[in-house]
Amino acid sequence: MNKFWIVLAHTYFTKLKSKSFLITTMITALLVFGVANLNHIIEFFSDDETKTVAVIDKTNKLYEPLKAQLKTSGKKDIDLQMFKGTEEKAKEKVQNGEWQAYVVLGYDDKQLPKAAYYAMTVADSDTLLQLEHALQQIKTTLATAKIGLSPEQVKELYEPVVFDKVALEKNAKTEEELNQARSLVYILLFAIYIFVIMYGNMITMEVATEKSSRVMEILISSASPVQQMFGKIFGVALLSLTQFILLFVIGYTSIKGNSEMTSIFGFEQIPVATLVYAVVFFLLGYFLYATLFALLGSLVSRIEEVQQMITPVTLLVVAAFFIAMFGLSDPEAPFITVTSFIPFFAPMIMFLRVGMLNVSIWEVALSIGLLVATISFFAYFGAKVYRGGVLMYGKTTSFKDIKKALQLTKK
Amino acid sequence: MSLRLQNVIKRFGDFTAVDHLTLEIPEGEMFGFLGANGAGKTTTFRMILGLLDPTEGEITWNGEPIDYASSHLIGYLPEERGLYPKLKVKEQLIYLGRLRGLGKPAIIKEMEHWLERFKVPDYANKRVEELSKGNQQKIQFIASVIHKPKLLILDEPFSGLDPVNVEQLKEAVIDLKNAGTTIVFSSHRMEHVEELCEHLCIMHRGKPVVHGTLKEIKRSFGKKNVVIHADFPLNDLHEFPGVVKAKTTAEGIHLQIENEEISQRILSHIAGKGFIRKFALEEPSLNDIFIEKVGASYE
Repeated sequence: MNKFWIVLAHTYFTKLKSKSFLITTMITALLVFGVANLNHIIEFFSDDETKTVAVIDKTNKLYEPLKAQLKTSGKKDIDLQMFKGTEEKAKEKVQNGEWQAYVVLGYDDKQLPKAAYYAMTVADSDTLLQLEHALQQIKTTLATAKIGLSPEQVKELYEPVVFDKVALEKNAKTEEELNQARSLVYILLFAIYIFVIMYGNMITMEVATEKSSRVMEILISSASPVQQMFGKIFGVALLSLTQFILLFVIGYTSIKGNSEMTSIFGFEQIPVATLVYAVVFFLLGYFLYATLFALLGSLVSRIEEVQQMITPVTLLVVAAFFIAMFGLSDPEAPFITVTSFIPFFAPMIMFLRVGMLNVSIWEVALSIGLLVATISFFAYFGAKVYRGGVLMYGKTTSFKDIKKALQLTKK
Repeated sequence: MSLRLQNVIKRFGDFTAVDHLTLEIPEGEMFGFLGANGAGKTTTFRMILGLLDPTEGEITWNGEPIDYASSHLIGYLPEERGLYPKLKVKEQLIYLGRLRGLGKPAIIKEMEHWLERFKVPDYANKRVEELSKGNQQKIQFIASVIHKPKLLILDEPFSGLDPVNVEQLKEAVIDLKNAGTTIVFSSHRMEHVEELCEHLCIMHRGKPVVHGTLKEIKRSFGKKNVVIHADFPLNDLHEFPGVVKAKTTAEGIHLQIENEEISQRILSHIAGKGFIRKFALEEPSLNDIFIEKVGASYE
């Protein structure tokens, strides 16, 4: 068997079996499952408790309509109770926790309803808002009746205006489609970002561990550094795809089985092209950064030096992510168009554009072409540095070491 | 079948690490590489292994350059010891063995044989970080010989081991040599080289200062040692003509003399002065030669 495959298989299976991988995958899977079932979880924790709110109705006319209005709005967790006692008594009952709150209803000087809400805290905005909303409805009915409008006229008054948005460009996405695309693209962008950082780091750590534990000298005397570097990069790529597919299947099936969340995420119709692009751009981004991370890892002699070595590259990934976040709200900005061709940013930003807009095929091809060219360059350059870098020990401080490493490979 | 280095030069920028090194190591020989720290031993090994390219000259094994295609024929124990700390011994050896072109069943068979031999059969399922340093070294030695290499390069194989383990490892090395393996090893422990090698080379600042078989080297060195234990003072021998070096010991004196003749003159000089308990003419030790050759150019 070719040594490339031995390294690949070794990297893949050791990592796959490692505790840290199993635990992170499990936690992430739980998280994905949790987010996909968020509505059920919220329901589960907030269903039963009804809140008792006492009403002191000074008008004697508003209590019944308010109760009726609350009922029609469909919320059942507020239990209204008429209270005939004094406000002092009511206050006591709220203070000793018997009631959630009490409301004093009255008329203002125009003979329209007004209310005051008393509770220990007014942080529970939900109860408060529901009451306010119900009272507002009653007030509207009373006020319109007072000026003699018929219910039909009132309805007409409050009907929303018809405002259609029509894109004239063929294939352009409608606003609704754009919103749907946005959440999917957002999730996938986030996944690309996390995966590139996480697996890029894993590559550096792999190489740095081999170097710092000095097993590297045996390795490079058995298999060429190029085979090792690419065996590792592809092994970790395979690992990331395994995790990606696993999480995607869990997320997809649990969201699909939950119609409420499906509509929130806009997943009624998942554009297959977006998913394919996500995987393609993730892999391209991964390969670009992985070669860089491997190159840097080969220069490090101790694990502690890893972080300072890879920080500049990590910042590039972070920058790409933030530009992409900005682009989510304005994908057609010229800045976004330009950065979608810069190889270091392209994996995220070109993906954002193809996910949100209709980008012509030549633009995608050009961006991918540039990326592939850059990856090839760094792969070639990285392999050279790697070959010398793995033989260097001592204090690693800067990118000057790249030059030293290249010198080592010369005659 | 032999390992041949022809006029090999390696420069790093302005610094010459190996300077005009020519060696021929016949098959089945054990070759000792001596040198102070920084003499160019490890660089030479790395060039033999193909990890570094010589600036000039060429290195061949059986007439062909060594590259990764021949890595299954070569075993290497680096000076800096290291294995994957988190992996079990078995996983470790399987991975390293497969990289040397060996199949998994063969690796397990060899591993069991070697662990048995080093009397640590229960280590197979232990993680390397749990083992003591000396035992890690044994595992690493196994890793370097598990694929039965034709050419074995051992960089300081015995450093950091206790005497019992040194003996075990020495026996293993001798067995490998008797089985036909060509072995190159470096050390700064002269007695190991003296004990194991027919051929040796002393490197100093990248240059081979002494090179040949142990016997030739000792003979051509010319100088001999005289050890005298006597009951009377021998201090006047410090100034005796032909004495190169003298060192007073508890029981007498150690002398280094220019040639054998001198010893007879010393004998007649001290004869009759008192009771002589020991008078011995000895071959120079490798240590003497090393100090003379390497130490001289330090001055």
